[in-house]
Amino acid sequence: MSVELVLKYLTSPNFLHGAEMTLLLTIAALILGVLIGLVLALIQESQTRIGTFVTLVYLWLFRGTPVLFQIIFIYNVLPSFGIKLSAFVCAVLALSLNEGAYMAEILRSGLQAVKKGQRTAGLALGMTGTQMMRHVVIPQAARIVLPPMGNQMIGMLKLSALVSVIAVEELLLVANQTASADFRYFEALTAAGIYYLAMTTAFMGLQILLEAVLDPKKRQRMRRLSLTERMLGMSKLAVR
Amino acid sequence: MQHLLEIVGINKSFGATQVLKACTLAVDPSETVVLIGPSGSGKSTLLRCVNLLETVDSGDIFFEGENITSARRTAHLLRRQIGMVFQNFELFAHLSAAENVMLAPVKILGISRADAHDIAVDLLRKVQIPEKADAFPDELSGGQQQRVAIARALAMRPKLMLYDEPTSALDPEMIREVLDVMATLSAEGMTSIVVTHEMGFARRAADRIVFMEHGEIIETASSDQFFGGTVNDRTRRFLDQILH
Repeated sequence: MSVELVLKYLTSPNFLHGAEMTLLLTIAALILGVLIGLVLALIQESQTRIGTFVTLVYLWLFRGTPVLFQIIFIYNVLPSFGIKLSAFVCAVLALSLNEGAYMAEILRSGLQAVKKGQRTAGLALGMTGTQMMRHVVIPQAARIVLPPMGNQMIGMLKLSALVSVIAVEELLLVANQTASADFRYFEALTAAGIYYLAMTTAFMGLQILLEAVLDPKKRQRMRRLSLTERMLGMSKLAVR
Repeated sequence: MQHLLEIVGINKSFGATQVLKACTLAVDPSETVVLIGPSGSGKSTLLRCVNLLETVDSGDIFFEGENITSARRTAHLLRRQIGMVFQNFELFAHLSAAENVMLAPVKILGISRADAHDIAVDLLRKVQIPEKADAFPDELSGGQQQRVAIARALAMRPKLMLYDEPTSALDPEMIREVLDVMATLSAEGMTSIVVTHEMGFARRAADRIVFMEHGEIIETASSDQFFGGTVNDRTRRFLDQILH
């Protein structure tokens, strides 16, 4: 293996652009997926018969077929109905529709984990349903859903490689094309692998950070302590 | 004088079981009414009907003379005037004691955080735990949690307080500290309806005592009358049971 070639690939505009595309796809699909999931979870939460039916059909369709199938389906079938979208938009659409189904289940379990008495207490204070959700339920549910959502974030980063089948220039496609030009598969794939690992590592870091931010006790201590105290106190927090 | 709260002939069923049968009760400003009766007699349901957490099947509820029975869409406005304390405290687990007290004034009334913090500190002092302002619910004892819950309800400056078995989930040594706070509030003129089995509290703080059984109000007696011994046979039987 040539280390120089790996470094060359790592710094080449092609790979950089591919990694950017992967990151962009992942973030766009995650944001839309969370929104879709939240809407589905809230519809289920409202417990209307039609809402439950619609969400069940949605979950059935999008959890019941492979993502790869959904990507190819959206890319190839929508145009025949006169809906012409770019490959990138199709990719984001397919990934986020799929992600929404999984997010809905994660968010629903989080909302359900906040006990009924907490909601009643919010209502008894005079909150509207929306205020109660926003100030009582969602802050508590957010802490519960963060670990499984972190899994989904990292899963999405890897899932995004699938859209190479509809010719979106993401990292894996770039690596594969580069390699097939000069048959240096080892170097090209190593470079792509390094990019993937770097991005998943960053996501894991983000998850740890978010968990700390959403932990009210840690947050309160951070506010109270000065920077030096905080740094010195970190090890104590970790021990507890 | 106008009643603060007037409940007139309310009925309520859960499925086939009727939990409230033609209940009628009036509460005057500054009065403390203690609601007693065996479990399943409908005491908690009656309390929850008052602030519209439950809807009644028939009958009327008046608050300050206004019929609120079917005020579904404005229920949240009514509830801002009525504080409620629960058996299991139900402090918001993600907020500190002070933040629990501040939440409703800040988010509902739009009071600034600084002002709300002052209110919270005052109220926590009133319930005797100013030193626990920054503690989280899971760092507090049951008695402390319940006192924070009382402070949280008081932060909305309610005209009426509803206590739903406030000491039933507490260890015996913590019951006193909660009842003391409630008795002080009553003595200061806070109109209250208290569902409890604590007859000592009833003797100390109640103006009137209401006995319920099988969803019916069996007897309403003034405190003197009640503890003077002239009570209905069914009331007497219940009292004999709980007093052993």
